[in-house]
Amino acid sequence: MIGQRHYPNQVRIPMYPQPMNNPLNPLDIEAIRNDFSILKEENDLPLIYLDSAATSQTPDCVIEAMDAYYRTYNSNIHRGIYRISEEATAKHEEARQRIGRFINARRPSQIIFTRNTTESINLVAYSWGSANLREGDEILVTVMEHHSNLLPWQLLSQRTGAKLRFIEITDEGVLQLDDLERLLTERTKIVAMTHVSNVLGTINPVQELIAAAHAVGAKVLIDGAQSVPHFDVDVQELDCDFLAFSGHKMCGPTGIGVLYGKSDLLEEMPPFLGGGSMIRSVQRESSTYADVPAKFEAGTPAISEAIGLAAAVDYLNKVGLEAIFVHEQELLEYAHQKLNEIEDITIYGPKPRQKTGAITFNLEGIHPHDLAGVLDTVGVAVRAGHHCAQPLMQKYGVIATVRASFYLYNKLDEIDTLHEGLLKAQRMLTRRRR
Amino acid sequence: MNIYEEDILDHYENPSNYGTLEHPDISYEEDNPLCGDQIRIDLQVEDGIITDLRFCGHGCTISLAAASMLTEEIKGKPLEEVKQLNKDDILDMLGIPLGPVRLKCGLLALKVLKAGAYGLKGWPGEEDEEAK
Ligand SMILES: Cc1ncc(COP(=O)(O)O)c(C=O)c1O
Repeated sequence: MIGQRHYPNQVRIPMYPQPMNNPLNPLDIEAIRNDFSILKEENDLPLIYLDSAATSQTPDCVIEAMDAYYRTYNSNIHRGIYRISEEATAKHEEARQRIGRFINARRPSQIIFTRNTTESINLVAYSWGSANLREGDEILVTVMEHHSNLLPWQLLSQRTGAKLRFIEITDEGVLQLDDLERLLTERTKIVAMTHVSNVLGTINPVQELIAAAHAVGAKVLIDGAQSVPHFDVDVQELDCDFLAFSGHKMCGPTGIGVLYGKSDLLEEMPPFLGGGSMIRSVQRESSTYADVPAKFEAGTPAISEAIGLAAAVDYLNKVGLEAIFVHEQELLEYAHQKLNEIEDITIYGPKPRQKTGAITFNLEGIHPHDLAGVLDTVGVAVRAGHHCAQPLMQKYGVIATVRASFYLYNKLDEIDTLHEGLLKAQRMLTRRRR
Repeated sequence: MNIYEEDILDHYENPSNYGTLEHPDISYEEDNPLCGDQIRIDLQVEDGIITDLRFCGHGCTISLAAASMLTEEIKGKPLEEVKQLNKDDILDMLGIPLGPVRLKCGLLALKVLKAGAYGLKGWPGEEDEEAK
């Protein structure tokens, strides 16, 4: 799987083989679903889980890996001089290696464990941002950012006086890059942008933007929360300075996330949180710090979660990211086709093949909460709300939308149920209303 | 239980007391920024009694049905009595259990009413809990 890197960039997606006659082995969806206990639960209604962009389901192998830690070698790491602590330390560090390899990091020390994407981005904004930004500098973001890649930069801007600037999007939901030269200048110190929009699914041409940012001397942080789970992200090929992502969106557990950084930057950066594990030696008034990554990992980490995330990465490798991407494209094409049949529907964002995993829409005259509520009555779990992306909602002039998002375990017939649920909502809620 | 009971859909489709008053004694409007629901309530009050009222706004079935039911409930009642209404009264009127997100929808109208009449700005239920 690693070594095949054709699709992370928007520009290259049209060349990707047609999903319907793709030369890869199609996923064996029933076998995959069998790996997820939650999808086999016997309920009145089978669970049709279309909210993986919020949190993905967890395969049994991940749960078992975490379970084994608690049942057989539960102990703190880097401290105990005894067997189970040594085992826990070894498994934790091996997890770092496997996760590093997953994004093709040069060395494991470039993988810093955090709680989630949000914490990873905050780490960079506080540590790197506070040390490197001052009044007159600029931070460039896009209007499609999740709040977790906006608020840390707003706060940094308020602390330092650096100015926040925005790349706009077109009505189709892709970045508007024709005036990039005006926005990206020598004043730009960092570009912080999402690889994939969590609302629209848009895949941004980050590789080109990273090169453009580097040409003016800016650093680039990529929010990979929605890309790393869905296609092969190679940090060396992208040449990003930082990459943030969350375990719970890629078949891993909650409570674990990753910050990848270039080694020279990580080494220069001051610590973020202070405490145990991040020190070399401590005096009363001052201390010296441990090397990267320990410098950024104060306190006892989420040990079983790191081990669980490594199991998730192994699982995704085994299934194959490329096959997952193609499967999602097939689901998306079908979803667009089915949902477009519905009268009075507005679908936001680009067409399939320029995006992954999500379809976002509204039905005329029906509140998104009600759509999600009626869909729940047929067993379909979707997200309704602003998706932590209020500037994007404002751009489309809506307060909320409904988002259905897909992952490796979703089936085409689940989209039929989604479609029927939406028709049911229309029958129920637009009968005689004013 | 299904939250889309006929009763709720009826109130949603044909809300009672929908509209505005020309000369309200009290008029107040608020929104729920999470989902954009917005409700305005106009009250006409004589000798401490709500003699007439209207509500208007937009929102989901739950927030609009709750507003409609609430206006039916309080018409002709003394303001002082209305002040005592709480979260559970709204849940009783709706007759369905609500999860944490939809609860805010259900309580929006009561929040507007209390804020308009008494300047109480918190979500109904939360202020009670703080007092405990
Ligand atoms: C694009 C994007 N960035 C950041 C986040 C935040 O992730 P977390 O809540 O795991 O920190 C999300 C999650 O919804 C996301 O979709």
